[in-house]
Amino acid sequence: MDLKDLYRDVILDHNKRPRNLGTLAPPAIGAKGHNPLCGDQLTVYVSLDHGQITDVKFEGSGCAISMASASLMTEAVKGLDTEAFARLHASIHDVLTRHDAEVPAALGKLAALGGVREYPSRVKCASLAWRTLEAAIAGAVSVTTE
Amino acid sequence: MTRTPPFDLAAARADFPILARPIRGKPLVYLDNGASAQRPSAVIEAERRYAEESHANVHRGVHTLSQRATDAFEGARERVRRFLNARSTREIIFTRGTTESINLVAQSYARPRLQAGDEILVTHLEHHANIVPWQMVCDATGARLVVVPINERGEVDPEDVRTRINSRTRLLGIAHVSNALGTVLPVAEIISIAHHAGVPVLVDGAQAVPHMAIDVQALDADFYVFSGHKLYGPDGIGILYGRESLLAAMPPWQGGGDMILHVSFERTTYNELPYKFEAGTPHISGAVGLGAAIDYIERIGLANIGQWEATLLDYATQRLSAIEGLRIIGTAAHKAGLVSFVVDDVHPHDLGTILDEQGIAIRTGHHCAMPAIEFFKVPATARASFGLYTTLEEIDCLAEAVIAARELFR
Repeated sequence: MDLKDLYRDVILDHNKRPRNLGTLAPPAIGAKGHNPLCGDQLTVYVSLDHGQITDVKFEGSGCAISMASASLMTEAVKGLDTEAFARLHASIHDVLTRHDAEVPAALGKLAALGGVREYPSRVKCASLAWRTLEAAIAGAVSVTTE
Repeated sequence: MTRTPPFDLAAARADFPILARPIRGKPLVYLDNGASAQRPSAVIEAERRYAEESHANVHRGVHTLSQRATDAFEGARERVRRFLNARSTREIIFTRGTTESINLVAQSYARPRLQAGDEILVTHLEHHANIVPWQMVCDATGARLVVVPINERGEVDPEDVRTRINSRTRLLGIAHVSNALGTVLPVAEIISIAHHAGVPVLVDGAQAVPHMAIDVQALDADFYVFSGHKLYGPDGIGILYGRESLLAAMPPWQGGGDMILHVSFERTTYNELPYKFEAGTPHISGAVGLGAAIDYIERIGLANIGQWEATLLDYATQRLSAIEGLRIIGTAAHKAGLVSFVVDDVHPHDLGTILDEQGIAIRTGHHCAMPAIEFFKVPATARASFGLYTTLEEIDCLAEAVIAARELFR
């Protein structure tokens, strides 16, 4: 296993210069994610319009894998509706955890996360932003359905 | 200064089978001894021999094997007593480890004595195992947890202990050596201050016993606790030393076999010390392995081990602090064999993965001492912790791998 397979240039670039770093004011929804094992902490903010993700930002601190995954995610999910996000999340989860999972060409830059599955202790780092955005959307849904 | 180990280091390394095992195709550089130390053949063999030749339950049967098992188990207790220089084996309780030992004292000593408004004192650098059990008894009783501060080097000033003790202080829980920062605390002086005010002291010795000889009478500790697996012994076995007069006055913690003299449905008479605190079948082979581990390190000599680890610490401090962008967390004047550090632009977790790729095992994270790490305003650190078998070349490997990791993230 070559370390460059985990720390691909896309990952290093997004870690060094994270995209969509920042906050969104209400009515955007924020959710906090925490990985107690390594201290990664981030907050993901999402603006939804009729079930569509119109904007997403994040802030926090963490390892290169968690920061790059968050940054790549914010680029990938803008414009998706929540169902499309759930499908993408499931697909990313497969890529991160299943050794035999094909890395779909449609994932584009997100395919760079594929190296993580050789490092089981790092899967939680890569999935943190995704689970946090999922929680933010779930919170938004529960708020809007009240 | 000379950088020659005061014992045969190559021979000692050959005593540890795992050190010869390649990791990710590279020679293992094991620098995570603060989390758990490796075991010499003498320990592995002692446990195997016990299982092959002597195993049965202890303190129960009249048959030969039960007597052999009891002799082995009680022999290990006597071995621990001598190791700590306790007055009596009645003061040596076998537990699952440091954490269980502290919980036992919290539940059996502290909890029945605590009233609302009472105080338990700990320091800012404690391991979670010396924070959470006290918080639990505080929650149950309305007592308060009071924290003695640390300075920017990660040291505890005994004067800060003195000023925080008052008429409501019921117990002081304090690490002998900080697992996150490496600080060696002046426990003898602190115990004397606490005793002057009538406050008993529990010392968490988990990180101290592998590095220095302990004399609980000289320290005048009321409780002293440690784990076998950090002392080159088995996991799942640990020790609670307690002053006999305190242990005698404490109620049992867990009920079951071995801790009783007589049971009827109306009334149970508890066994004498130390069995009163050893409910159920103990980890007999673990105790035997712990005894063998103590024999092993005393053969090499704790003074020799301490001297070599001081050399390693000096060398590592010098090599690592020469790396641009590296900051050592915990710079106490008196430290045991570990270095906690952060590197600009490289998160500790990434560093841990990159080093692992080179066969180098370090710990990354908060080291179960979140308040201590947060004090230094970092989310996590990388920690290299040394053992008697660590070499200067391994510290070179560590330094070079850290430099390479920095290059990757540049």
